[in-house]
Amino acid sequence: MIAAPSALDTPLDLALALLGAWVLIGLACLLRPGDARWLCRVMFPAGAAVGAALALLAAVSLQLPAQQQVLPLGLPDLPLHVRRDALTDVFLLLLGACSVGISLFASGYFRRDQGAPPGLVGLQYHLFLASMGFVLLADDAYGFMLAWETMALSSYFLVTTDHRVEATREAGFLYLLIAHVGAIAILLSFGVMQGGSWRFTFDAMRAAQLSPGWAAAAFLLALFGFGAKAGLVPLHVWLPEAHPAAPSPVSALMSGVMLKTALYGMLRVAFDLIGDARWWWGLAPLSMGLFSAVYGVVFAAAQSDMKRLLAYSSIENIGILFTGLGLALVFQGVGMSALATLALLAVLYHALNHAFMKSLLFLASGAVLHATGERNMGRLGGLIHRMPWVAWSALIGALALAGLPPLNGFVSEWLLLQAFLFAPQVPRTFVNMLLPMGAALLVMAAALAAYVMVKFFGVVFLGQPRAASLRDAHDAGPMERLGLWWLAAGCVLLGLLPAQILPALRRVSAALHLGTAAPAAAPWWSLVPLADRQASYSPLVFLASVAAVVSLTILVVRTLYHRRVRRTAAWDCGFGGLTARMQDTAEGFGQPIRHIFQPFFAMRRELPSAFDTAPRYRVWIGDRWWRGLYLPLGGAVRGLANAVAWLQQGRIAVYLLYSFVTLLMLLACVL
Amino acid sequence: MKAIEWFTQVLEVLAALAAAPLFLAWVNQCRAWLSNRSAPSLLQPYRGIRKLFYKDAVLATNASALFRIAPYIVFGTMVLAAAVIPSMGTRLPFTSAADAIALVGLLATARVFLSLAAMDVGTAFGTLGARREMMVGFLAEPALLMVIFVASLICSTTALPAITEHLATESLALYPSLAFTAVAFTMVLLAENARIPVDNPATHLELTMIHEAMLLEYSARHLALMEWAAALKLFNYACIGFALFLPWGVSVGQGPLALIASVPILALKLALAGGGLALIETLSAKLRVFRAPEFLATAFLFAVLGLLVHLLLRA
Repeated sequence: MIAAPSALDTPLDLALALLGAWVLIGLACLLRPGDARWLCRVMFPAGAAVGAALALLAAVSLQLPAQQQVLPLGLPDLPLHVRRDALTDVFLLLLGACSVGISLFASGYFRRDQGAPPGLVGLQYHLFLASMGFVLLADDAYGFMLAWETMALSSYFLVTTDHRVEATREAGFLYLLIAHVGAIAILLSFGVMQGGSWRFTFDAMRAAQLSPGWAAAAFLLALFGFGAKAGLVPLHVWLPEAHPAAPSPVSALMSGVMLKTALYGMLRVAFDLIGDARWWWGLAPLSMGLFSAVYGVVFAAAQSDMKRLLAYSSIENIGILFTGLGLALVFQGVGMSALATLALLAVLYHALNHAFMKSLLFLASGAVLHATGERNMGRLGGLIHRMPWVAWSALIGALALAGLPPLNGFVSEWLLLQAFLFAPQVPRTFVNMLLPMGAALLVMAAALAAYVMVKFFGVVFLGQPRAASLRDAHDAGPMERLGLWWLAAGCVLLGLLPAQILPALRRVSAALHLGTAAPAAAPWWSLVPLADRQASYSPLVFLASVAAVVSLTILVVRTLYHRRVRRTAAWDCGFGGLTARMQDTAEGFGQPIRHIFQPFFAMRRELPSAFDTAPRYRVWIGDRWWRGLYLPLGGAVRGLANAVAWLQQGRIAVYLLYSFVTLLMLLACVL
Repeated sequence: MKAIEWFTQVLEVLAALAAAPLFLAWVNQCRAWLSNRSAPSLLQPYRGIRKLFYKDAVLATNASALFRIAPYIVFGTMVLAAAVIPSMGTRLPFTSAADAIALVGLLATARVFLSLAAMDVGTAFGTLGARREMMVGFLAEPALLMVIFVASLICSTTALPAITEHLATESLALYPSLAFTAVAFTMVLLAENARIPVDNPATHLELTMIHEAMLLEYSARHLALMEWAAALKLFNYACIGFALFLPWGVSVGQGPLALIASVPILALKLALAGGGLALIETLSAKLRVFRAPEFLATAFLFAVLGLLVHLLLRA
């Protein structure tokens, strides 16, 4: 990851140099391993500056042609290949821009002793960033897997920062396990894609001619591997465990950025490396994505831990991303390149959007966690009065994640729905029938996301405080606010300027061999994806008119009538005796969802009897995949291990016998 | 031609603002007639709103800024929605701001702000109303979008004015798919506007109410705006229904005469729709809250049936 200092004149060199700078910052954290202030005051802001430079570089180089390079690094005769094209740049932009906000927030966050020494946290954090960048730049399987594994390991150590808590260690182990099962599948997929040439550069894979069966095998292996990293159902179980266990900036980085590297890998393999995709391949990510979207959001609605809620919401959004990817594959396979480009743009835009809004919400929940020491939403409430900065930025994130115009979440959902809506032109009758149903599921997931976000924001920030200790909650510090507002500004800008940003992303469709469909002519303020009079959306006009009506109404009401306000106790229908416990808890707010989607949940309830003196109501929400898939699988592996353990008799004579038999067999083979 | 487009736009918004409370009063009058009661004056909603504007606003001590700004935002989104729905003419400058999908998003924005405001004071009724409202919302929204999808597929556009123009100007064709979706749309309209099978606009019993529960802590000008916005929402939904299923009589850019003619036609449609709405409400009983999902799932199924009919029969 070192570029020759004399040749820092191309974007690729500069990108590598910036990744190298992250590694150096990480190493510099070790200079004062026990000093949290060194880490926070100097190292994290430096990391944020590198992130900003990377985002700027990627935004500029998005318009430039692709570049390749061979690095003088790696094993003998196996140098590392790197390459950047438009797809790389989009994800580098995502990584750089999000890491700015997260690093700024982190510089205010890691104040106390978190378990692991601050220097190590800083090292792992910056290695994590650099390895995610290198995953995007790698142009051969060795380099890719090296960076991929560095990413998995550094994030594992970050998840287990608070390693004195047993639940954290368990969550970290689960994450590591599933990450490695996924990595094996990716490795196998690369093995298939080299197609007998035994050269593992991506160029060789692009050139390889695979038979349809092997190509499908490579595609499915990649889907399994990247799906495990992304958290597609049923490989999602690590997400709701690892995200609450990790420190909040790490959760933000993992959910906002790391999950997108899996999307990047899937896009790279499906559209670039395998090449000639069959249309029906797209049905696999499409159906898995739709299922994940609905499953994730239904579980999010039933959670009472705010970080678990956000983790399940990430599963939903990964589902939406893979749905779009599948749709793009279907369109590409039947040769409708304009619609494939539209679906791909929706995916890329949603990846950017989700990175900003989910990071924002994870950071906001981290600020709440710091201020109150509480992750359970049932003991929070009313924080908009104590933590206004955090609350208002979280409101932007929540509205964006709920998919409401004019913020960014709406834009990508709108684009994806447009793509779905014209799917009946696909010349396959069977698919024609199913795709609109997919759109309906997608819409339901989006509408449920609004439910989840009302629950998240309403229970945590609105209402009365549910515990007395919340009255001394303090707002986030200046650096934390800066990080939050950076991400909130990203959400707003992505929401208001899609007509400016999307044309730049169109370069990616050329990089992924989808053809270069010219965008429809449209005025600069209006987003017209296909053709005028077919569909259009102008967030700027939208916001301006709502703002104009709101201010005009305020003005008219105040001049024509009066602006008198009296403050008194809440009316509450005049019943009186209102306490904070009369509000909905997180469980209460999720009750309709538990009722409607009962078959999804493995639910256990403890109901009080009529004669209980201290009645308690408890409910446990479990994931059916644990009992249905993971526990039997774990049992089978353990059974197999026990069977193999029979070989280990622990007596020297038996081992000598093994050697003797082996020797005999080898001799038999040779003779 | 540009001037008349802007004129139509302004006329539509002003007409919606002015006529929305009247439409609500008309529905109430029909309901009263059907149940053999004497009805309040048609001007009653205007009097109520006027009275509320003069009163002092009373806020709970722990109400936040969100609680105060929410009525204005809800009202603003409803006014914008009225601007993008082609109720009198289809050539409107504002319609490029939001197509039919964005219109659904706009209605969702209003719903989310209303629910958040209801949770702000932290009363049992408020959170109960917010929870039920979001429950109805997440079921009604997909059904509404499926309805819009069917119309969009028939006309191959998601722009609402283009849909209306397409349906209004072609030679008379019967779409069985639109018949199914019209049923679905009516059910969504009832649920989203807190009408009888799902909610009861006339009740203040906590077990039966959704929309009213969310407004309990509001008073004076804030309450006036919320009520006005609710009336506008009903008006907007009715106009969406006309745009999709009764598009005839709307001016499609023919000039001032057609625009003038479209005003009494709209009034006639509203009068009929109000009567029909009152009839449905009088004939049906309020459902338990947990039957509401079934009601909306039925609406969704009707919309899906419409979609399948369209895809199978190309009609």
